Amino acid sequence: MSPELTPSQTVGPFFHDALVDEDRSKLVATSHPSAVRIEGAVYDGAGEPVPDAMVEIWQANAYGRFDDPTDDRENLPLDPETFSGFGRTGTDADGRFSFVTVKPGPVPGPDGNPQAHHVMVSIFARGLLKRLVTRVYFPDEEEANAADPVLSSIGDPAFRKTLVAHDEGDALRFDIHLQGENQTAFFEL
Amino acid sequence: MVSQQPTNEIAGLRPIDEGQPPYLYSDYVATRLRAPKKPLIILPKTLSDTTGPAFGRGTVGELDYDLTRQHEGEPLGERIIVTGRVTDGDGRPVRNSLIEIWQANAAGRYIHKNDQHPAPLDPNFSGAGRCLTDGEGRYRFVTIKPGAYPWKNHDNAWRPAHIHLSLFGEAFRSRLITQMYFPGDPLLEHDPIFQSVPDEKARRRMIYTFDLETTRPEWALGYRFDIVLEGREATPFERPHS
Repeated sequence: MSPELTPSQTVGPFFHDALVDEDRSKLVATSHPSAVRIEGAVYDGAGEPVPDAMVEIWQANAYGRFDDPTDDRENLPLDPETFSGFGRTGTDADGRFSFVTVKPGPVPGPDGNPQAHHVMVSIFARGLLKRLVTRVYFPDEEEANAADPVLSSIGDPAFRKTLVAHDEGDALRFDIHLQGENQTAFFEL
Repeated sequence: MVSQQPTNEIAGLRPIDEGQPPYLYSDYVATRLRAPKKPLIILPKTLSDTTGPAFGRGTVGELDYDLTRQHEGEPLGERIIVTGRVTDGDGRPVRNSLIEIWQANAAGRYIHKNDQHPAPLDPNFSGAGRCLTDGEGRYRFVTIKPGAYPWKNHDNAWRPAHIHLSLFGEAFRSRLITQMYFPGDPLLEHDPIFQSVPDEKARRRMIYTFDLETTRPEWALGYRFDIVLEGREATPFERPHS
């Protein structure tokens, strides 16, 4: 962090009317042929649900292209009218959130080799003075996950596994534990 | 392959960034059960975080920047103009970027259903606005000065008057949610959220500057607040080379 950056402060408990009044939890229609539902809940260090968190996601489209001019890989199709790659939602009284999206295609890692398919996640809440950043990886990509540079950088297998969603048939389950024994792995950018 | 490098404030392996709050700040009670305790994993820079969502003109209505014109009448309180520039760490303007704000009304009450402070709601004030920065990174809001309000963090706890800001910047890395405070507010020194930022100069970067040039005669006081976001390509200065 450069020293002049504006400091972060908590989102507080009263953000809903400003930030999540519009439903941005469905990046594609539920009826989309490749729709994937990612759902979970946010828990605090006592294992209690966090009912006042905001979860945001950012991801590439199904071809692995981001809807951003910085991603100039023009050989990959872009579908900005139908897929922005951004979603956000507030957690409900039970700490739950869900997104309907598509599985992103693979995107290049730091050495140019593809990373495993993943969705970037930010978590904001009262009591979080800075956002938390994590990633959702896909359970059906065992081989790609094993080769992924970010997942591989996490030594403890149980800690690493907190980033891989569970296949529950009609949805992928991704719970976020802010603290405690089962704490989710979070990143520093 | 990237080797694991546990991070600053939790593992103690890097100098703490005094310009940002820590996750755990015990005086702010809600951090105690919500701050992560395991080392953060350093994320190498890739397209996943050097890209970010774009919000076009369609996202923002023409009058969304003016919180005093969302209802039939004008809200009660002291009308203010809040303006400034958004840049990255290298001083480059952050253009066409979404800024969202929300705040309490002049009496210190949010419209939010969970706000139980026994202060009046204002039927002419919802307290939420948004705008896009222009080609030079400038933004402008018209609103009313929010009131201070009590909260239950500790005995006789009051939040200083503040406006919440949410910014996307140009990349996932740039995302920032912060609060802007008013100069000379005696509550600042008692507020654990404001005080959670260790560096005094950094705390001052969260306080508006009264600006006579922005002030409109016979109409509203003007305040300036410039915002610096992490850039897409910026290299954090204290990060060890791997």
